[in-house]
This record gives sequence, structure tokens and C-alpha cells, in this order.
Amino acid sequence: MNPAAVGRRRHELWVRATRVLKSSSFRLALLYMLLLSISVGILLGFIYWSTAGFMDRQTDATIGAEIQGLAEQYRQRGLPGLSTVIQERIARDPAGAGLYLLADADLKPLLGNLDRWPAGFLAADGWIHFRLRNRGPNQAEEHAARGQVFRLRGDLLLLVGRDVRDLEGTRHLILDALTWGLAITAALALLGGWVLSHRVLRRLEAINQISREIMEGDLSRRIPVGGSNDDFDQLAAGLNQMLSRIESLMDGVRQVSDNIAHDLRTPLTRLRTKLELLRAELGDTHPAGATAEETIADAEELLTTFNALLRIARIEAGGRRAAFAPVDLVPLVADLAELYEPVAAERLQQLTFSAPRNAWVIGDRDLLFQALGNLVDNAVKYTPEGGLVDLRLTGTEQDILMEVADSGPGIPAGLRAEVFRRFFRADHSRSTPGSGLGLSLVQAVIQLHGATIELLDNAPGLRVRIRLERGAALATDLPQPNSP
Amino acid sequence: MRVLLIEDDRHVADYLRKALGEVGTLTDYAADGREGLLMAASGDYDALILDRMLPGLDGLGILRTLRAAGNQTPVLILSALGEVDDRVEGLRAGGDDYLVKPFAFSELHARLEALLRRGAADAPETRLRIGDLEMDLLKREVTRAGHPIALQPREFRLLEYLLRHAGQVVTRTMLLEQVWDYHFDPQTNIIDVHISRLRGKIDRDFETPLLHTVRGAGYMLRAP
Repeated sequence: MNPAAVGRRRHELWVRATRVLKSSSFRLALLYMLLLSISVGILLGFIYWSTAGFMDRQTDATIGAEIQGLAEQYRQRGLPGLSTVIQERIARDPAGAGLYLLADADLKPLLGNLDRWPAGFLAADGWIHFRLRNRGPNQAEEHAARGQVFRLRGDLLLLVGRDVRDLEGTRHLILDALTWGLAITAALALLGGWVLSHRVLRRLEAINQISREIMEGDLSRRIPVGGSNDDFDQLAAGLNQMLSRIESLMDGVRQVSDNIAHDLRTPLTRLRTKLELLRAELGDTHPAGATAEETIADAEELLTTFNALLRIARIEAGGRRAAFAPVDLVPLVADLAELYEPVAAERLQQLTFSAPRNAWVIGDRDLLFQALGNLVDNAVKYTPEGGLVDLRLTGTEQDILMEVADSGPGIPAGLRAEVFRRFFRADHSRSTPGSGLGLSLVQAVIQLHGATIELLDNAPGLRVRIRLERGAALATDLPQPNSP
Repeated sequence: MRVLLIEDDRHVADYLRKALGEVGTLTDYAADGREGLLMAASGDYDALILDRMLPGLDGLGILRTLRAAGNQTPVLILSALGEVDDRVEGLRAGGDDYLVKPFAFSELHARLEALLRRGAADAPETRLRIGDLEMDLLKREVTRAGHPIALQPREFRLLEYLLRHAGQVVTRTMLLEQVWDYHFDPQTNIIDVHISRLRGKIDRDFETPLLHTVRGAGYMLRAP
């Protein structure tokens, strides 16, 4: 793979990843993970408290009981009694967990199973926590111990404690288990969220895709229904019902416009034929001949407007793409330039044309020619004598740009959106002939092709820019039979 | 010359028959699809004028049936549906030309004439001639009274089409469709400008004009 392809692939992955990260379902999954982890954390904390804490309390209770026993001996039999009991207890269980140490005021050990007074923090309540060197074979190791310190008569100090090595080990074990439990919970919640959001996103994307296709005019498309009757299926079914309703309404509109076309155009044809017969009967010399001629011209104008309106309506109704095929815009625009060149020359205008080697799009050749023809027609019509009209085709990797620029009066920025309205005429154009439907037709054709149109300032004049998506070329890139 | 008109609108049919009669064409008439198909299949017609929307049997249905049976009579389809894919559909079904209502009778007449004479015009020719104007299709040269005339490629195609239809009225729409190969509706008289350029080259310096304007219809190349 070359670096550009790697870069593109990385970019695609990035786009896909950010789309998943940005999706609301993924955010919900993240929140779910957070809440679940907190609840599991609280639960595990309680478990920890009730196991490790219980063991701690039990140790303290054992120490407490031992102290009680020793205190009793000390009360009854004094220091000798206490010493005897301590020695007895050490002898009974030399490797046991019980720790005893009797020391003088200088902390010098007098009696017990600790070889010196431990260094450690002595709390106000007499509890001391300290590290204890192993009494077994492995003397380098230290572990935790805990005990209580009492001051006896004669400034003697007594420490009664317990080795809590086993307790510490168990505490670590529990803590480890709980930490791993929490981590696994979080990981599983995240994974579940990812999978869930991916599935949701895929179904949403399917709906998005279909709605885009429908907006482009294919009203027959429907959203697939899974069959499990979940919320998505219900949404899909609802949308599909709505689409069917829209489609039947659109069909109704189309039917009406077809009927108007058939029912109104037929009598208009009749009217016109009658007028033509009348003119033929009157002959060239009859004085009413001129009137008949004018009446025919009026009828013609009426029909032209009527036809243009119907045509726009039918193109706007969309879905009429039977004639869509790969079209190379280069010969098409060249033909257009060639067709309009004499008209421009008559008005002493210079009509220029530039294009790349080819510019394939998917579209209706005749409608594209009609739309571009209307633009060139306007450019030639509104540009004063001696002006410039420039046709230019350029392409990017994805798009074909088709520009018609002129040096005429242009269109003020505020009116640029208005000009596509049916029957709109700018003030300066009222004196020139035209129906005010030319640009409406252009817009309808542009929309049918999923293209965009922009009106820009050519300083001076108007620059119309059409952006079409580049289409696949025909398998054989031969010149079109009609190219000059 | 016999033509069969299949059209459900009686008024349109009456006027068409009357108008066709005045230009010397005999017209038979069928008001619905079934009757039309029977007449077209049995009768010996030079051309058919067929409405697309018919009671009984749809116009394209008739056309497909006729073509499937090997009937090659030229067919001109009339339709109130004027969009491009309707035209494509009509021509795919076997139609030879397609005309959208409302149309000028002169347009229908010119197209019908072109259809009727098409068989003869299709013969391979290397030279076309009218009066003292000659076109050599192999050398791509044009002369009038022996003087060479320089033409642009499109002007050459325009003159060639006019020569092939010499003596017939050719409408502006026919020229756009046949010479430029686009079905479109120009907002201005661009064809007139091209014709006047051509006229400047083949007629201006000569006494007798060959390229005539037919008022309200189109153009005709005619020998003096």
C-alpha cells in the first residue's frame, strides 16, 4: 500500500471511530458503564469492609481478651504472676501469633518473645502498629503486627499484640479480587456499550441512507423492517407508512398534472390547428391574415409558458430518471458553445470555452443540455454588445464544476435566491423577452441530478457555478458520435 | 399516399384529417386502440400516426404488437407526455419519431414527409445535388456553380440534412434533433442565426436563392 492509501485508510478509520464516539447511543453506553462501575464499586467496597474489617475486629477482640486475662493475673498476683503467665503462654505456643513484651522505662526488653521494643507509631489510645522481623528462617522479611501498650507500676511497659501476617495476606487477596472484578465489570460494560451502539448506529445509518435516496427522488424506497417488532421496527413501519402516504399523494399530483397535460393540451392543439387552418384559408393577401398570424403567436406564447410549467413540475416531482446514463460534459458543453457562438457573434460578444479532457457525470443528456442552454441563453441575452461570455468546465477528484460567466449587469446579492422562483423577472430584464421560467427549469434539472447551483459575482457580471458529482466513465472512452 | 391516424380525440382527428387532406394525404382513422391495431395490421399504409393514450389498447402496446409481427410501417407517435424518458420509451417500443402535443400542424406535416421519404433517402450516396449546388460526401467538399464553398463541420451537416430533405419543409426542432442531436427547447431563435450564416455562404453571391424560409413552419432547400 502506498502512503496516500494508508493515509486515506487511516482517515476512514478515524472518521468511522469519531462517528461511533460521537453517537448518542455510545455516550449512553459510556454513562451506563460509569453508573454500573460505581454501583459495583460500592457493592465491592461493602464486601471488603465486611470481610477484611471483620477479621480486623476479630483480631482486636482476641487481643482485648488476652489483655483482660493478663490484667486479671496482674491484679491478683502482681508482676511475678504476670511474668509467669506470659512465659507460660509463650512456651505453650512458641511460633504462635501472640506477641508479648515487658520492658523497663528505657524500653529495654525484660521478658517476652520480641527481642527489642518495636519502632512504630503509638497512638493516644495505646494501640501500636509496627513492622515485625520474621522469627522463622527467612529473617530479612518483615510483616505487620499490632498491639496495645500499658504502663505498669515501676515505670514498666507491657506490650500485648498479635502478628497479623495472615490477616494482611487475606486482605491483599480480597483487595486484588475486588479490583479485578471492578476492572472486568468496566471492560465488559464498555464492550457491551460498543456492540450495542454499533448495532443501533447501523440501523440508524440504514434509515439515514434510505431517507437520502428518497430525498433524491426515489420515492419507491422503503426502510427494511427486521421482523422482531422492536422499537426500530416500529419506527421503520411508521416511516414506511408515512412514505407510502407521501408517495400516493405525489402520484396523485403526477396523475393530475398528466391529466392536465392531456385534457388541456388537447383543446389547445385544436385551437392552434384551427387557427392554422384559418390562416391557410385566408391566404397571403387577406387583410385578416396578419391578425391570424398574431393570434397564432399569442397562442404559441401561452402554450410555451404552459408547457414550461408542466415540464418543471414533472421534473421536480423527481424519480424520472429512466434516461439517466453516463454523459461526458465536454462534448456537450462544446456543442453548446458551438450552437450559441453565432448568436453571441451577432451581438459582437466573445464566447470562450475551456474544458479538461473529459468530464463524466451520470445524468439526462437532453435535460442537462436544456439547463446549460438556458444559462448560456441568459448570459448572451443580458450581456451588452461587445461583452464576454465564458463557459468553463473544471473537475476535482469528486466533482465536476460547470461555470457560465458573463460581463453583463449581474444580479444583486439580495436577489440571487429569488431568481429561481417561477415568473421572477429582475427589473432590468423586464424589457427583454422571456417567460421568467428559464432559471426555475434550471433549478429543477439541477435538483433532479442531485447537483448544486451557485450564483456568484463575476465583477462585473454574473458567474453561475454548477457542481455535479463525477460519475463513472463508459467502459470505452471513445468520442461521442455527435461530438464535432 | 395513405396514412392511418389512431387518435381518441375526435376534434384533433377531424382537423388533422382535414389538414392532411389539404396537403394531399389520404387518411384513415381509428378512434380506439383495438380497432387501430386491426386496421394497421391488415391495411397497407405508408405511415401511422399514433396517439399514446388510447382507450382499449395503449399506443405503445399497439406499436410493440405491430413490430413483433414484423410490420415495419413508419410510426409517428403523438403524446401529451413530453418528458425525455417518455420519448425514450416511445422510440424503444419501435416508434420512428415522437411529437409532443400541442404541436403545429406544419411540424407534424414536415415530420410525416420526412418519415415517408426516409426509405429513399437512406440509400448510400456519395454526391448530393440541387440546382447548381453540389456536395461531395467523400471529399467533404461543397461547390456552387463550380466555386468551392468553405463550410464549418456543423454547417456541412446542416446543409447535408437540408439536401437530403430537399423539397421538404424542415422545422427548427427537426434541425436541432437531427443536426445537433439534442431534444431541447431553445429560448431564442438560435437555429435562424445558423441558417442565416449558411445562407450567407451558399446564396449571397448568387442570383437565385436555394434556401428558403417557409413562414410559420421552417426552411426548405428548393431548386429554382
